[in-house]
Amino acid sequence: MRTILFLMRKEFLQVFRDKATVFQIFFIPVAQLLILTNAATFDIKRTALAVVDEDRSTVSAGLVQRLEGGGRFRIARYQPTTAGIESALLDREVTAVLRIPHGFEEGLVRERHAPVQLQFNAEEGAAAGIVQAAALAVLGDYARELGVTLPRGAAGAMAVGAPLELRTQGWFNPSRNYKHYMVPAILVSLTTIIGLLLTAQNIAREKELGTLDQLNVTPITKGQFITAKLLPFWILSLVIFTMGLMIGKVVFGIPTRGSVPLVFFSAGIYLVVALGIGLWISTFTRTQQQTMFVALFIMLIYLLMSGLFTPVESMPRWAQWMAEVNPVKHFVFIMRAVLVKGAGWETVAKPLAILAAGGVGVLALAVRQYSKQVQ
Amino acid sequence: MSALAIDARGLTRRFGDFTAVDAITFHVAQGEVFGFLGANGAGKTTAMRMLIGLLEPSSGSATVAGYDVVRDAEAVRRNIGYMSQKFSLYDDLTVQENITLYGGIYGLTNAQIAERTRKLLGRIGLEHARKELVRRIPLGWKQQLAFSVALLHQPRIIFLDEPTGGVDPITRRRFWEMIYETAATGTTVLVTTHYLDEAEYCDRLSIMVDGAIAAMGTPGEVKGAFGAASLDEVFLRLTRPGAA
Repeated sequence: MRTILFLMRKEFLQVFRDKATVFQIFFIPVAQLLILTNAATFDIKRTALAVVDEDRSTVSAGLVQRLEGGGRFRIARYQPTTAGIESALLDREVTAVLRIPHGFEEGLVRERHAPVQLQFNAEEGAAAGIVQAAALAVLGDYARELGVTLPRGAAGAMAVGAPLELRTQGWFNPSRNYKHYMVPAILVSLTTIIGLLLTAQNIAREKELGTLDQLNVTPITKGQFITAKLLPFWILSLVIFTMGLMIGKVVFGIPTRGSVPLVFFSAGIYLVVALGIGLWISTFTRTQQQTMFVALFIMLIYLLMSGLFTPVESMPRWAQWMAEVNPVKHFVFIMRAVLVKGAGWETVAKPLAILAAGGVGVLALAVRQYSKQVQ
Repeated sequence: MSALAIDARGLTRRFGDFTAVDAITFHVAQGEVFGFLGANGAGKTTAMRMLIGLLEPSSGSATVAGYDVVRDAEAVRRNIGYMSQKFSLYDDLTVQENITLYGGIYGLTNAQIAERTRKLLGRIGLEHARKELVRRIPLGWKQQLAFSVALLHQPRIIFLDEPTGGVDPITRRRFWEMIYETAATGTTVLVTTHYLDEAEYCDRLSIMVDGAIAAMGTPGEVKGAFGAASLDEVFLRLTRPGAA
């Protein structure tokens, strides 16, 4: 035990003496959290829209006005014909095009329905879906206002305001504040990347410098070594996590509906897994460069397959199965469940148990594989 | 338990097709200063790394302080000190912090650490630099510090891998004085070097050529066996047959 304390003291001295590391731990995650949360939002604000108004009528003008008035769209182009529209979409000058065909008002008056067409650049699937939903909402409202329905139009056109009233409401995040949803996820990513890299790089660096040989000829046990390398970075990662959570609360106003101690308890277990993976990587790599490569490779898979960017439910079966052993997925789930939905122990018991098992497993692997001998 | 400090029998290490150390057999008595000589790449460091448990032998066996280097590696580690060829204290820690760390690892009490720090720094005249980062002190002092730290837990055997590489002649001289002082306390010293003048200071020595021991004995015996006037001459004859 005393040996571990001496080794931990050494790690802390080295961390706090190195300005680059201090910067990496205390500044970078804060800056990234602020930047990424503001940037990585699915919320749409002032999306550039082109309106092709072939009708030029009072009704079409009213529609344009309502689109612009909602604050979610900005009319970047307003023109009577489709000339140049395709290139505007391709060049991303506009995200979507609303085409109001000739005879729109007349059709409404005579037949009580008329088509409009919404086209968008579907290269960005998630964003396109949200733009579509937002545009539909405006059209639907306007249709109700006019007391008419605007049924299906030409090929690729969107049906709007069918007699069936479609009203969506996001549960647990009723205001649709995507920051509440993204902050926990971004925080998990940042803590994982920094904690895992710090741990893995630390041992790789000692290998490169030759200082690890000097430790290896001492009677330190493998368990002591792994513990002494894990604990300092575990504490630092928890500090990063705490800072991030506070920023989330203060700056972004993320809710803390559930138990905060439960969040920290889960974070503690999760970090053992994340850092344990870092330790395990460093048991078989020889240089910092190799370590960085392997660590990034593993982290990319874990982060991208965590449900952070794409829902796990829409992944193929094998990927869903892989996600079950992905610690990031479970921790993101716990974070969102506890913070946003106010879930309690019962809800998070299973992912927590999986994380705990993973932690024990990866540490056992690291201790087993760590060799005091060089290859 | 063997009374010998080091007892190697047919110790061999291969890296793929290359045999770095080829069945060396030798022993070192307790309290001896034993020199490991050889050209670069002759296998000195590899042999030493097997003895201190950093490298597993491909075949053969060895005991250090009476313990088998493979089966009882941990017991070996408790009884040895090691100073590697590459400086391996922490550059970004102070002199005192390095000493405290290794004192703590070897289970010394705080009082023991304080007392030994004082003695150690007094001996090498480094008291003034106690709170200095190791990276800021000159190489000669660094080497003496590394040697002293390797002795901190008073091991029975100390392994020095080219301790005088790159240091000036005065520091080299000082280093050998320290080696003698250490040996005088009963500590066994195994030292590798390629300075042949240093070899004259050893009680016994071996000269390694291509992974094998080509000559072994006291400096006098080795010179006698080759009918040479100096170890230099022996060394040249062994490493460059046909010359000299």
